Amino acid sequence: MLGLNSRDFKLFVIVCIMALAAPIILNPFPTGSALGQSFNAGYPALLQRFVIFGILAIGFNILFGLTGYLSFGHAAFLGIGSYSAVWMFKLLSYNVLPAILLSVIMAGIFSVVIGYISLRRSGIYFSILTLAFAQMSYQLAYSVLTPLTNGETGLQVYNGDPQVLMSAGDPTIPHLFGITMNGQSQLDIAGWSFTFQNGYYLAAIFLIASFYLSIRIFRSPMGLMLRAIKSNQTRMSYVGLNTKPYMLAAFVISGMYAGLAGGLLAAMDPLTGAERMFWTASGEIVVMSILGGVGTLIGPVLGAGLIKYLENIVSKINDNVLHGWFSFMPDWMDNLFVTIIHPFIGKGWHLTLGLLFMAVVIFLPGGLVQGGQKIMGKFSRNKTSDAKDGADTPAE
Amino acid sequence: MDAFILQILNGLDKGSAYALIALGLTLIFGTLGVVNFAHGALFMIGAFVAVTVQKLFQFSYIEIDETKKDFLGNPLKVEMPYLDHWFGTSVGEWMQDWSVPLSILAVIPFMFALGYILERGLIKHFYKRPHADQILVTFGLAIVIGELVKAFYGANPIQTPPPSAFLGTIDVGVMLGFDPNAIAYPTWRMVYFAFSVVIIASVFAFLRFTTFGMVVRAGMADRETVGLLGIDIDKRFTFMFGLAAAVAGMAGVMYAPILSPHYNIGMDFLVLSFVVVVVGGMGSLPGAVLAGFMLGILQSFASMNEVKAVFPGIDQIIIYLVAIIILLTRPRGLMGRKGVMEE
Amino acid sequence: MSILEVKGVNKRFGGLQALGDVNLSVHENTVHAIIGPNGAGKSTLLNVLVGKLIPDSGSVTFDGQSVLGRKPYEIAQMGISRVFQTPEIFADLSVMDNVLIPCFAKRDGAFKMHGIESVSSEKQLIEQAEQMLAEVKMLDKRNMIASSMSRGDKRRLEMAMCLVQEPRLLLLDEPTAGMARADTENTIQLLKDIRTQRGITMAIIEHDMNVVFSLADRITVLAQGTPLVEDTPDKIKNHPKVREAYLGEAQV
Repeated sequence: MLGLNSRDFKLFVIVCIMALAAPIILNPFPTGSALGQSFNAGYPALLQRFVIFGILAIGFNILFGLTGYLSFGHAAFLGIGSYSAVWMFKLLSYNVLPAILLSVIMAGIFSVVIGYISLRRSGIYFSILTLAFAQMSYQLAYSVLTPLTNGETGLQVYNGDPQVLMSAGDPTIPHLFGITMNGQSQLDIAGWSFTFQNGYYLAAIFLIASFYLSIRIFRSPMGLMLRAIKSNQTRMSYVGLNTKPYMLAAFVISGMYAGLAGGLLAAMDPLTGAERMFWTASGEIVVMSILGGVGTLIGPVLGAGLIKYLENIVSKINDNVLHGWFSFMPDWMDNLFVTIIHPFIGKGWHLTLGLLFMAVVIFLPGGLVQGGQKIMGKFSRNKTSDAKDGADTPAE
Repeated sequence: MDAFILQILNGLDKGSAYALIALGLTLIFGTLGVVNFAHGALFMIGAFVAVTVQKLFQFSYIEIDETKKDFLGNPLKVEMPYLDHWFGTSVGEWMQDWSVPLSILAVIPFMFALGYILERGLIKHFYKRPHADQILVTFGLAIVIGELVKAFYGANPIQTPPPSAFLGTIDVGVMLGFDPNAIAYPTWRMVYFAFSVVIIASVFAFLRFTTFGMVVRAGMADRETVGLLGIDIDKRFTFMFGLAAAVAGMAGVMYAPILSPHYNIGMDFLVLSFVVVVVGGMGSLPGAVLAGFMLGILQSFASMNEVKAVFPGIDQIIIYLVAIIILLTRPRGLMGRKGVMEE
Repeated sequence: MSILEVKGVNKRFGGLQALGDVNLSVHENTVHAIIGPNGAGKSTLLNVLVGKLIPDSGSVTFDGQSVLGRKPYEIAQMGISRVFQTPEIFADLSVMDNVLIPCFAKRDGAFKMHGIESVSSEKQLIEQAEQMLAEVKMLDKRNMIASSMSRGDKRRLEMAMCLVQEPRLLLLDEPTAGMARADTENTIQLLKDIRTQRGITMAIIEHDMNVVFSLADRITVLAQGTPLVEDTPDKIKNHPKVREAYLGEAQV
């Protein structure tokens, strides 16, 4: 189906359903309830982040997952994408299509240059070179390039901007041929209320397309070559293959994915700043892929979703919420627990993230997908033949 | 000419910090083969040891001074630091004034122990894992350390002044025969430079002249062979990790008066120190030191107004530019050995 | 007709003359062994042949074209394949993928921007790879991950990866080094089969005299970076200079 084998097709269908029905699936608790307030994730602002960072992680995985080249500068392409998109808003109009197109193209151009130089070295040198490029972009965006990036204030659309394609009736917020990104419809059933937002669905369609393309790349000769590069570069060259162009292609594709994600971020909220390119942002991309499972198809999407979800929940929890949870305990115990947990919640999200990150690298290098497979493997010992069949295709 | 010398001097303190961090990174990389992304965090911890010691020294209780009255005629409440109470006012005040240099005494054992624990508890499990995993776990560690510090000390920089004796500037210009005040250099920066030279010299002397150092150097060159000789190289390497941590910690303590510590300085310095290591040549100690000073000075020149007028923003990116150029033209860095991290 | 010509090759490492005026020609459809004691310059010579080292002077031509200064992948594309001392395979990939990759390299050249059609749609290449695997009796292991195989199997897989490209010259660097007796015998047999069935020209660097004498048509003895003598195996066995320089220690 669609050029996919049956396993991949199943996976693809699952992702499609998840993406399209997310506003319903991720709202399991009644909207007004305490649980719903804390744990529901089916509202547009968060859903957008799930899919956009999902796209970013899928792209990163094409580079790191397939070739093993660890880029520490991917946030640069995200930032370039966002800046390009906002510039399109400023110059042309609020239509998101040219904005997203330009963000992909610009990220592509930059990744050709950065990739061409960085890929002259491998291993740790490659990581440091990409990190250096990203930091350089960040510094430049903050200082010298202020005319282009609006420095610390961040780039946004002002009334005086040309917007040459803007006609009188056009919305003054990002839209796709008149369909505004933040337009939404609401469905109320019993205690539940589901919100379906245009912007989210645009991003979700991009996610589905990105995911489909990534499956096809994984299964294509190109994907095979990239895995071979990860496995043994010496043999690669002695069978007569030039690894450089393959690597560069992977790097550029991956950079363009990041650019797309950046463009979408701007399309959802038409402003951007240099902090989107900071090294912590690059680090976060790595964390997402690792957490989900590097080199697997679905892992990065899961990782991105989980990180963004946890970030959202953990940042929302404060001491009062904790006291609520522990209210059944004696006071001293309640206070003790709250004191212990306090640094990890609210603004302490990054601490939790760091610990989570370390835990995954230490205990579960294959990420959640591998962890899931291990657990599944324990339940289906009798189906050994199935497991053997699965061994020849890389982990899903 | 005087402006030229001033820029060199201005580059020295930053260069010293780069050199010290890069030295530790190289020691760890050369001996353990691990790329330690948490090394900047160790530097930052050092700086916060200075902050902590300063705070501890200022710990005080409220005392009612009967001899003085406030404007209402009540006895005046004064804050009495415990140190003053225990050791007498003069010693107590001296200790508070000298809290940064005194922190060195605390930072050496503390950082050494921390390094030891980190190596035994975490890093050693990653020797056999791919470099990407080592980068990732130490990167995670750096986030955790940074965030812990933020949780305890807040996100704002904390002022940590040097002893008052070192607050002023030294008129270097006069010594060199220029006009008075042509080259005025903050005294503490000079102290920092001298201090780092001493540390670097001690590390080199240690590696050069002790049996222990000899074994470590041999291990850096060829780990397996040294292992075959029946020497427990792992124990020594653990020690080296502790040493590298202590060097980073000392670099951090003494840097606290120059740059008020905040939780992010670790990463700021780490990224640059990595660049320094790469420029110097992975696994080369002299290369790390040389490149550290070189890049510090280069950065200082790039931030001159005359230069910035021609190349705006060059001061922000000069180090990265140099690194990119060096890596492309001399892939092994200035003094890199063949075969280090090349496959 | 000679397919590989080495003429007057010199290579120094600092003060060490690794190769001194090496002349060598490998003729088509022969197995040419290069032997010599440790440090005789065998590996250096091999690295020159595959483009990893550039000699200080001299020329190396393959089928009339110079190989000097070319990258390993370019030399491979010219039709020279190499078998390593420790098998270099794609350890994380399946046996099938291991053989498929050289098939792609043979058909598409050093780089081709592939579309997104699936690997499994390349029926012709898959068939080719299957035939090759059948030939080395590994078809039943096609879905195994390469790293999980025995050393002998890895060697055979590497051989298959080279042969599927139908190279015009196969370079073998101590193909039996560190192998158990049985594996060595198997490898010799495999090489003999390749020779009789495919008639591939081989240049083989080897320590094990047993291997050399059961395979080679011609032998070059290298000592201190210079060819001492070149002749047929029988003559080499009885050559006094060779006995003195080399075979004395090998107990033939």
